[in-house]
Amino acid sequence: MSKYYLNYLDELESEAIYILREVWAQFENPVILFSGGKDSILVTHLARKAFFPAKIPFALMHVDTGHNFPETINFRDDLVKELGVKLIVGSVQESIDNGRVAEEKGKNATRNALQITTLLDAIESNKIDCAIGGGRRDEEKARAKERFFSHRNDFGEWDPKNQRPELWNLLNGKHFEGEHFRAFPISNWTEMDVWNYIKRENISIPSLYLAHEREVVYRNNSWIPVSEFLKLEEGEKVENKKIRFRTLGDITITGGIESDADTLEKIVQEVSAMRKTERGDRSDDKRSETAMEDRKKQGYF
Amino acid sequence: MEIDNNQLLRFTTAGSVDDGKSTLIGRLLYDSKSIFEDQLESVSKTSAKKGHNGVDLALFTDGLKDEREQGITIDVAYRYFTTPKRKFIIADTPGHIQYTRNMVTGASTANAAVILIDARHGVIEQTKRHSFIASLLNIPHLIVCINKMDLVDFSEEVYSKIVGQFEEFSSKLLMKDVRFIPISALLGDNVVNRSESMEWYQNGTLLSTLENLHISSDINKIDARFPVQTVLRPQSEENRDYRGYAGRIASGIYRVGDEITILPSGFTSKIKSINAGDQEVEEAYAPMSIAMTLEDDIDISRGDMIVKKNNQPGLEQEFDVMLCWLNNDPAQARGKYTIVHSSNEQRAIIKNIVYKININTFERNTEDKKIEMNDIARITIRTNRPLMLDPYRENRNTGGLILIDEGTNETVAAGMVV
Repeated sequence: MSKYYLNYLDELESEAIYILREVWAQFENPVILFSGGKDSILVTHLARKAFFPAKIPFALMHVDTGHNFPETINFRDDLVKELGVKLIVGSVQESIDNGRVAEEKGKNATRNALQITTLLDAIESNKIDCAIGGGRRDEEKARAKERFFSHRNDFGEWDPKNQRPELWNLLNGKHFEGEHFRAFPISNWTEMDVWNYIKRENISIPSLYLAHEREVVYRNNSWIPVSEFLKLEEGEKVENKKIRFRTLGDITITGGIESDADTLEKIVQEVSAMRKTERGDRSDDKRSETAMEDRKKQGYF
Repeated sequence: MEIDNNQLLRFTTAGSVDDGKSTLIGRLLYDSKSIFEDQLESVSKTSAKKGHNGVDLALFTDGLKDEREQGITIDVAYRYFTTPKRKFIIADTPGHIQYTRNMVTGASTANAAVILIDARHGVIEQTKRHSFIASLLNIPHLIVCINKMDLVDFSEEVYSKIVGQFEEFSSKLLMKDVRFIPISALLGDNVVNRSESMEWYQNGTLLSTLENLHISSDINKIDARFPVQTVLRPQSEENRDYRGYAGRIASGIYRVGDEITILPSGFTSKIKSINAGDQEVEEAYAPMSIAMTLEDDIDISRGDMIVKKNNQPGLEQEFDVMLCWLNNDPAQARGKYTIVHSSNEQRAIIKNIVYKININTFERNTEDKKIEMNDIARITIRTNRPLMLDPYRENRNTGGLILIDEGTNETVAAGMVV
């Protein structure tokens, strides 16, 4: 006799598919926020399942800091082609050139916070009423408070103290002109769940997640990749290390870890023994205790 | 790790900081080795800054800036941990502020509720309130943790007295499965590791209880209900005739060849195929997300429900619900709201307030008709079109509904069909 209960990965998958279909049913013009990282790749994979055999009915939107890993961009373009979906790019460089934002100054300058303006501008100019993200509640304490359907006012702001309660599976995406929603179908997944699922489904991911030899510099307790954007500080030296990335973001602030995990099996093993959170190597989150909360309130991913 | 049969268990924790709720969650995470080094380091630093001896486990559940500053929880926070047996999702709900609203939210999807009682104080009003909500929301399993046993000399007598108090008042509530565990969240007794100070307690620790609860019957597998979320119509040449009804099975089991009825139209057909993602399957069950095709071409859209011919929900336009009010603006007598039930959305009017419930005494009040934030009342609703309803007690997914204020778009109430 067959069993009539789901294992936890199937249940998470079913929940995510339900949310993606609900987005499609409740909104006019939704997009998937696509960074080329594993979480947005996972969301895209789940969307493919949710609408099979039809095409994914959402465009992918990439907020491009201009500081990319070339691997990520190639991966993105290949995927867009394979799925036959539209790609929308919001460019931080353009926002800088147009004077919408100014480049940060100083030693630890990044374009991380600048993405907020580019993101909100792209949402407005493309008349997007729901942006689907790969945010997970286990990532960070402000994200632990997120709803599946998260309301943004007409300034794109999040008000964590006044969120709509979400009961059972009933999602309320009602909004007024100018407001929009963020939807988080993989809210309940942990890093471990993501990797177990990627392995189970054999989802292709950028090679950056697998251990590889790379020129890096040791900074803020992690290995920052050498790129055209990296300025060496005094006392820093370029080394060749076998590393991999646990998260992918802006190349100037994404630190790698030393690792020999060059297959999905090895990554799953490594992650299950991991003693540090994955965002521990992201200097964007290290700025202060409330770095994520502050950015999220303004409209960050 | 063998993950094929590992299930997901969602539980909610009720209690306040004073009961040691945050410490308990911190203890569960810490002893189940779900805390990472950088989290531990940051909490150790903060503990030292605050002058604590050792690590203050409660700090692991710290959330937003305001919450840390005020030492309270404002909103439901979700936490995750995994053991070799199960994956767990904790809906950590605040004890004091807006307790009803938040606990109802956390409880709506929970398999189990963990209710905390301070061993020094025994059953208090708050315990009754939390138990009432757990029963109202029909949470299948209730685990009552009698905490701070270290402060009452690990006394079996104190424990038994509190169990007695709980049994006394809870006999008036509808509950299926209640268990009691004496614990000390602070010292870790009977949370993950067995207590050495309470030899008299022979049952499982909190974690082993959570790991072994029978939850595969928590979802109704008898009454087949499939609310249609959306219709899939591929544009490609090879799938031109495909018309898939997509949704998440709310309850029951569907098989290819089943004779089905579409509600509210009443048309009948047979299931031709079932897709789970890109795989074709012979049968599917709740809570799977699927797409099905039918033998006949029938006009079906979002909001319709596909059920079995011989087992149908009620088709009702006027019905009673237990309502929990979730918004700062009070309910308007004869007010009009948008009602959302499964994938169906209609308009509703609050026709009558039958009674309000005092959730501390469980008494009914038929005089007071003002419904405000956190109030629970039995009301009569009338809708513009019939809804496909089951009693909430029999089916949480097709017996639960929400009301939305048409002026603000906010979710203002949760309702459970009586």
